[in-house]
Amino acid sequence: MAAILEAKNIKKYFKTPKGTLHAVDGVSFSIEEGKTLGVVGESGCGKSTLGRVLVHLLERTDGQILFEGKDISDLTKADLKNVRQNMQMIFQDPFASLNPRQSVSEIIAEPLQIYRRVSSKADLEKQVLELMDTVGLARRLANSYPHELDGGRRQRIGVARALALNPKFIVCDEPVSALDVSIQAQILNLMQDLQEERNLTYLFITHNLSVVKHISDEILVMYLGKMVELASDKDIFLNRLHPYTKALLAAVPLPVYGTEKKKRQLLRGELSSPINPKPGCRFAARCPYAKEQCHQKEPALEEIMPKHFVACHFAREINGI
Amino acid sequence: MAEPILEVRNLTVEYTSGKSIVQAVNHLSFTLERGEALGLVGETGAGKTTTALSIMQLITSPPGRIKSGEIIFEGRDLTKLSQSELRKLRGEKISMIFQDPMTALNPVITVGDQICEVIHLHEKVSRLEATQRAKKMLEMVGIPGERYSDYPHQFSGGMKQRVIIAIALARNPSLLIADEPTTALDVTIQAQVLEMIERIIKELKTTLILITHDLGVVADICDKAAIMYAGEIVEYGTLDHIYNHTMHPYSIGLFGSIPNFNEDVRRLKPIKGLMPDPTNLPKGCSFCLRCPDCQDRCTKEKFSPVEVAPGHIVRCVKYIND
Repeated sequence: MAAILEAKNIKKYFKTPKGTLHAVDGVSFSIEEGKTLGVVGESGCGKSTLGRVLVHLLERTDGQILFEGKDISDLTKADLKNVRQNMQMIFQDPFASLNPRQSVSEIIAEPLQIYRRVSSKADLEKQVLELMDTVGLARRLANSYPHELDGGRRQRIGVARALALNPKFIVCDEPVSALDVSIQAQILNLMQDLQEERNLTYLFITHNLSVVKHISDEILVMYLGKMVELASDKDIFLNRLHPYTKALLAAVPLPVYGTEKKKRQLLRGELSSPINPKPGCRFAARCPYAKEQCHQKEPALEEIMPKHFVACHFAREINGI
Repeated sequence: MAEPILEVRNLTVEYTSGKSIVQAVNHLSFTLERGEALGLVGETGAGKTTTALSIMQLITSPPGRIKSGEIIFEGRDLTKLSQSELRKLRGEKISMIFQDPMTALNPVITVGDQICEVIHLHEKVSRLEATQRAKKMLEMVGIPGERYSDYPHQFSGGMKQRVIIAIALARNPSLLIADEPTTALDVTIQAQVLEMIERIIKELKTTLILITHDLGVVADICDKAAIMYAGEIVEYGTLDHIYNHTMHPYSIGLFGSIPNFNEDVRRLKPIKGLMPDPTNLPKGCSFCLRCPDCQDRCTKEKFSPVEVAPGHIVRCVKYIND
């Protein structure tokens, strides 16, 4: 199947008074149409920056973005507007991403008006109400304002707005992190249903590992701006190869009791700074397997097993491959 | 049988908001034995934090009010103590860790002095001795004593949370209430902090109430769990009861909502609907509107909790034999 989106060696640096912050540093991947790529990592690993760079909310420092085979790395304003119809975004915070002075119907109507997708006022109203049905928002809420609604409903507005133009690709930046688990499950089910109905492609950014496991076909693990592992969802969970991925997954407390308690595998220390990073592997300072070489030479991303990419000098050795 | 350290009986807490009354905690009762670790689990608005603040007697009034109930801590009813008696208790016998490590520390005082403050409040000691003890506390939570004179902004989130734990435990209280202590932290840091809390409460024999929305964290460090919904405990028991013999429809719904790590499930089984409006709770069971097993009588009567197995208490019509 064809890749709908391809990212090649994406870099995004920010200038700060203390030096250059390497937020995203050489990330490459492709997503097939109708699939979900989950991007996981801890705070500050660059996952949100990556999502924003892809939809041009931030301009990349280097690299190439291909959408449906076309290079969209550098676009004029008019071209960008054109491309954006097919690339939408769902934001993390349903409290901050909706205009408090617009009603639910105005928020959902805005993209339709900007792109002149409506023929009349009646047509606009019909489309907005249909979108509200699609995401499970009661029609009586059309004239409500965001502050009157709870987090789950607000996030449904965010989903409806992203769907308004019938896009092909949606960047979902922590769409369920602000929600309670029972509501989170409702929104995840909704997003999966929509994906099946409309053959949507998702880039799903989250720090929640059980959510990413549930929704993704492929998973990209990031650490301080670098890709450390990229593989199918099954491979990451059953056959994780990178030491960071192993530690990250082992650190998740599981809601089960009775199976003999696993010993916690603790990772030493904390994230180092992404400003002017030292040469070598960025994970070396916390890695239980780190050797001399890791502090000097940066590991390249290698396809160690079919479709399973890892950036670690000793991935073969550690895993006995 | 171990002696109870804390007994909450029939606690009801309300907040007034304009003309309406928010029923935050409704007829809540539970008993905590010395040395136990209890996980209080529930979603936003379940009344977990209000319960904790009631035990600390920190409900701001107005708008809050403890309408009825008793909170017996080491034989004394906390709701009947004077402010000065309470001040002697807080930090000394009962401590609380707050959710957000970024706002719980004073930004213009060094972390060491913030630990000393608790020591000086409860004990006549020299400055030097307090300083030494504060350094020891820092080391216990895994921060080098030399960082005594650093300010909160010089620490990362996980380190700040460690400092807060050091403050809470500086006087070796018998009861520690931790309100979402790791929610603001990344998973690898969360694992470090949980490991540390578990080690220290075992070492100091502290009784723990851990408030969280994460059933994984409870499974990790608690002995017992209480599931809260709309200000009530709907299910209470040992971890084995709650995780392996789940009985209340809400608890079952919570477990069904969590994406499973070890199995592939195509679709989650969410709980339908939303939390009831706390200013207008249903007359009968507060979960009845969302419950898949709702019967006619659920909408009309409140049920008393039933002990379905020794120590396993459920508040649901399905387990009432009459």
